[in-house]
Amino acid sequence: MKRTGIVLLIAVFCSALCWLPLSFAGPIDAFKGEKGIVKISGGTAHIPVMKEAARRIMTANPDIQITIAGGGSGVGIKQVGEGLVDIGNSGRKPTDDEIKRFNLKLFMWALDGVALIVHPKNKVASLSKAQARDIFSGKIDNWKTLGGEDRKINLYTRDEASGTREVFWEKALGKGTIAKGANVVVSNGAMKSAVSQDPYAIGYVSVGHIDKTVAPVAFEGVVPAIETVVSGKYAVSRGLYSNTKGEPSHLTKKFLDYLFTDEGQKIVAASGFIAVK
Amino acid sequence: MNSIKETIVERALLLSTIVSGAVTLIIFGFMFFMALPLLREGNIFQILTGEWSPGGGSYGILPMIVSTLAISCLSVAISFPVSIGCSGFIGILGPRRLGRSLRRIVQVMTGIPTVIYGFVGIFLLVPIVRELGGGGSGMSVITAALMLSVLISPTMILFFNDSFERVPAPYLDATDGLGASAVQKLVYVIIPNAKKGIIIGLILAFGRAMGDTLVALMIAGNSAQVPGSIFDSTRTLTAHIALVIAADYESLEFKSIFACGMVLYLFASAIVIGIRYFAFRERGVE
Repeated sequence: MKRTGIVLLIAVFCSALCWLPLSFAGPIDAFKGEKGIVKISGGTAHIPVMKEAARRIMTANPDIQITIAGGGSGVGIKQVGEGLVDIGNSGRKPTDDEIKRFNLKLFMWALDGVALIVHPKNKVASLSKAQARDIFSGKIDNWKTLGGEDRKINLYTRDEASGTREVFWEKALGKGTIAKGANVVVSNGAMKSAVSQDPYAIGYVSVGHIDKTVAPVAFEGVVPAIETVVSGKYAVSRGLYSNTKGEPSHLTKKFLDYLFTDEGQKIVAASGFIAVK
Repeated sequence: MNSIKETIVERALLLSTIVSGAVTLIIFGFMFFMALPLLREGNIFQILTGEWSPGGGSYGILPMIVSTLAISCLSVAISFPVSIGCSGFIGILGPRRLGRSLRRIVQVMTGIPTVIYGFVGIFLLVPIVRELGGGGSGMSVITAALMLSVLISPTMILFFNDSFERVPAPYLDATDGLGASAVQKLVYVIIPNAKKGIIIGLILAFGRAMGDTLVALMIAGNSAQVPGSIFDSTRTLTAHIALVIAADYESLEFKSIFACGMVLYLFASAIVIGIRYFAFRERGVE
């Protein structure tokens, strides 16, 4: 009686041991036995996803080293084109000229919206396209005009290399001008912290970056959120791209494949972007 | 044997001197070469006096030059009196022990990375300036100048202090013998005698304020316009380079930052020449 019990226990233990690796089995197994460095730079919207994917891969296999830098979409395309990094991220589709010049191969692994944001205390919650254009061109320069406080509107925009700026300028402003007096910040993160600090600010970030510290503004009556971007109702949207120079190398390919697995796409969704699969 | 060794060492030293000298010139040549397409297309005058609007094909850097000068002059103007007072207190007026520990604190301050000043600026200084500055975003000329003045004052304080200490002791003894107070000693004897050291310290601090990138990039607002008031958002040359370096390298805006580099380089050279000029005069007098 007692002996059977012990045997049973051992059997259970052994089978548990056998099952253990299986329970961990998943897309990350593809990196078993791999070794090397993957260098990534570019779009700042991509960074949360890249970081999480890198963390998981490097935890599973410490022989792999993944470095992630920002810089903006322009930097990503430029550096991958020059062969300085393995993956250059961009928050816009590289232009035909860039694709041809650098022989780029594009991987679009997520959809994203670009949303207008204000300080949470700001009462203005909805803007039309015309209003957005007038605000950013400097024609409307007081919150009072829009039903807010009698204070000057502080504009925040991004630097010229930003993919977020490119998409916002094209789709939200209809390529309208952005006033010279607008403050310029260098990343999605910096935009969020600048707007969350300034009660009279208006700026724009990737939908994935919106949290409690800032308030999204409805654009043409549509609230920017994952659902509205998916349904196509929210117009200011874009793909998030990872680009390689020619065919990706072995390890780089595996990293990109990982982004398209269920696990990778779950990271994409958890970061506030829209999975493409 | 010995002379061969000596010759080798001499040659090696000569070579390293030539290399380090040449690097400076090569950098200038490189920037000039890279800026050439732009210099050829629009004349240099247009670049130096035009406005920045890459969409409209205008790559002028006048706004950046003006704001660089405005911010660095203002920051020196703010920190100069403070630094003179501080080094006076450390060297002469204050109690010895307090002075010494203050000096140590100032020495530590010189080692603080500028990104920390920028960070503190965003969270402490920007909101204050926004409320006081009548409607702006708080990221402005004065915000950057205030933070930069904190950044450069340790350089000035230490430099001033050193030159105060070089004032010959007999002068001080004589002043004491005449029954002068500590303040009189500082104002009428020490400062006039340390004048050259003070000027060199000022120039060095000015150079440091002009060359700093991060503080202005983080808290000056970065809008490419000639500031109309000290509460306007503005962009310095260094911040401009940091912002535009990300652009497509085939584009003219990317090439225009080499013109910025050249302007900065010339400013920096002018400062070094200024220092040497004053140092020479000092030597000539003695």
